[in-house]
Amino acid sequence: MSRSSDLTDAPEALEEASFLRDTLRAFRRNRMAMLGLGFVLLLVLGAIFAPWISPHDPYRVALDEQLLPASTTYWLGTDNFGRDVLTRILYGARISLVVGIVPSLISLSIGTMMGILSGYLGGRTDFVIMRLADMMIAFPSLLLAMVVMYTLGANLLNIFLALALVGWASVARVVRSQTLALREKEFIEAARANGTARVTVMLRHIFPNVIPTLIVLFTLAIPEAIMWESSLSFLGVGVQPPEASWGLLVAKGKEYMFQAPTVAIAPGVAILLTVLAFNFIGDGLRDALDPSMKD
Amino acid sequence: MTAETILSVRGLCTDFSGDRGNVRVLDDVSFDVGRGRIVGVVGESGSGKSMTALSLMGLVPQPQGRVSARSITLDGRDITRLGPAGMRGIRGRDIAMVFQEPMTSLNPVRRVWEQVGEPLAIHHGLGRRAIRARVLEMFELVGIPEPQTRLDAYPHQLSGGLRQRAMIAMGLICEPKLLIADEPTTALDVTTQSQILHLMRDLRDRVGTSIILITHDLGIIAEMCDEVNVMYAGQLVEQADVFSLFETPSHPYTRGLLASIPRATEPRAGRRMPSIPGMVPNLARLPPGCRFNPRCGAAMPVCLQRDPVLTGIAPGHAARCWLHSPNGDRT
Repeated sequence: MSRSSDLTDAPEALEEASFLRDTLRAFRRNRMAMLGLGFVLLLVLGAIFAPWISPHDPYRVALDEQLLPASTTYWLGTDNFGRDVLTRILYGARISLVVGIVPSLISLSIGTMMGILSGYLGGRTDFVIMRLADMMIAFPSLLLAMVVMYTLGANLLNIFLALALVGWASVARVVRSQTLALREKEFIEAARANGTARVTVMLRHIFPNVIPTLIVLFTLAIPEAIMWESSLSFLGVGVQPPEASWGLLVAKGKEYMFQAPTVAIAPGVAILLTVLAFNFIGDGLRDALDPSMKD
Repeated sequence: MTAETILSVRGLCTDFSGDRGNVRVLDDVSFDVGRGRIVGVVGESGSGKSMTALSLMGLVPQPQGRVSARSITLDGRDITRLGPAGMRGIRGRDIAMVFQEPMTSLNPVRRVWEQVGEPLAIHHGLGRRAIRARVLEMFELVGIPEPQTRLDAYPHQLSGGLRQRAMIAMGLICEPKLLIADEPTTALDVTTQSQILHLMRDLRDRVGTSIILITHDLGIIAEMCDEVNVMYAGQLVEQADVFSLFETPSHPYTRGLLASIPRATEPRAGRRMPSIPGMVPNLARLPPGCRFNPRCGAAMPVCLQRDPVLTGIAPGHAARCWLHSPNGDRT
């Protein structure tokens, strides 16, 4: 710090440009990304304020109002128990969004760490991590997730755990291959020639270069996680009725496909739009984070 | 060597072990670098120039590569016994390196100033503001125009010449005792090349850093260096100060290299450019005797049998050739 003492009246050139500000500016310029973000925010608000937005109770059974078509009272009709489909989609968004995002983040974090360690350190570390990943990939993942759910019980936390356990291995593989390519780049050698410690090389030099890939993986992982949750729910080890998640709504609604198609299609469309929105956000983020796409 | 020797390398050997056994890529390399001197290392591709640099830096790929030396003394301190952590403490602070490819030597997703200032963060623990101020000084020193606006640039926003200036700034930011420049101008066009070379010589005069300049261009050697080491197939074949080397080249390889420099003044209508026949031998299958004998115009019977040693010809001038060895059978 000794050198900085004479720089108390430093010129404004010493103010660094903010990476975050630049990124946000680039992101805001991307119309599709903003559209996606808007949709997701709307969904989040809808999920949080569902009890105040919807006049209907998502759990009240009204057998005299089964499978009604869309009307001004029930905008998307009712299901086989006479419950309002739109209300259940809003409540389902709570679970589906969380299930989409949280396990994806967990498996992405673990996978990134493992992948970079494996790719950069190589040798025995690489061998151990990759054989572990092989085991995860070789094991039928649905079975693995079901075992976790059966033994630990069907609740949301265990769904996170099961999905993270299933998901990290493929992330680790992708990140590892990227790291292997990056490791041979001259800027890594230059960093080492500066006396940079291995941890710092991994954090400061490898990781930022992997981020674009991670964002793509993240946008792919969200729909996958939502699907996984619906599979588990469909098999009866996921979210338990009368709780609602989108996957569960589609699974239950498909039996009435011909009498009341909206029961299954509406939550399906919700999944589709959400996935699409996350993809737009991901594309926008990737471009905004890429220095060569700015200005 | 003169009183102030910054770097003294003795018996540096680097081996690579692979599936097909051991390959010695550097064989008994010894040389000195005086304070404030520019020492050239010249040779064809595969002669071991870059490997010498990596071995000195402790950057030889592990675990395949193995470096050994009788001693490598940096400013009075033997660095052969330093472990990985000790070498990390030296890299960037006492010895820095400038690489060949300025286009890929900077991390594309990080701002230039952060990278150029990284050695300061590592070795002196300076804060961001202090680093930024120091990088700005360095940018001015290495002649980057509008240094303020370049601080926050990303590498792709700079031209090749500017990037190489930034790399030199990074190399010199901790005022190292020794800067190793591995073909610093090969990837640049000719005008930029001469600017960068002048900059390096100028900085040597101002900062006092010694420089090892690795190149395959004898023109650069003539212009820049005080002393020259000529390498062939992992060995030093000739060592001399720059004047002796160009006036009395003593190893046939050096002579061949000098003869291969195209000269604009000579009329050579229809004549082919002279070159050394053949190519650098595969280090795993070296010829018996002198490593240069298959390509040498002056090869004698002894050259096919025994490897010559580096022999002094004049003070500060040595060659690894039977022509100059008193024990050689002159037939």
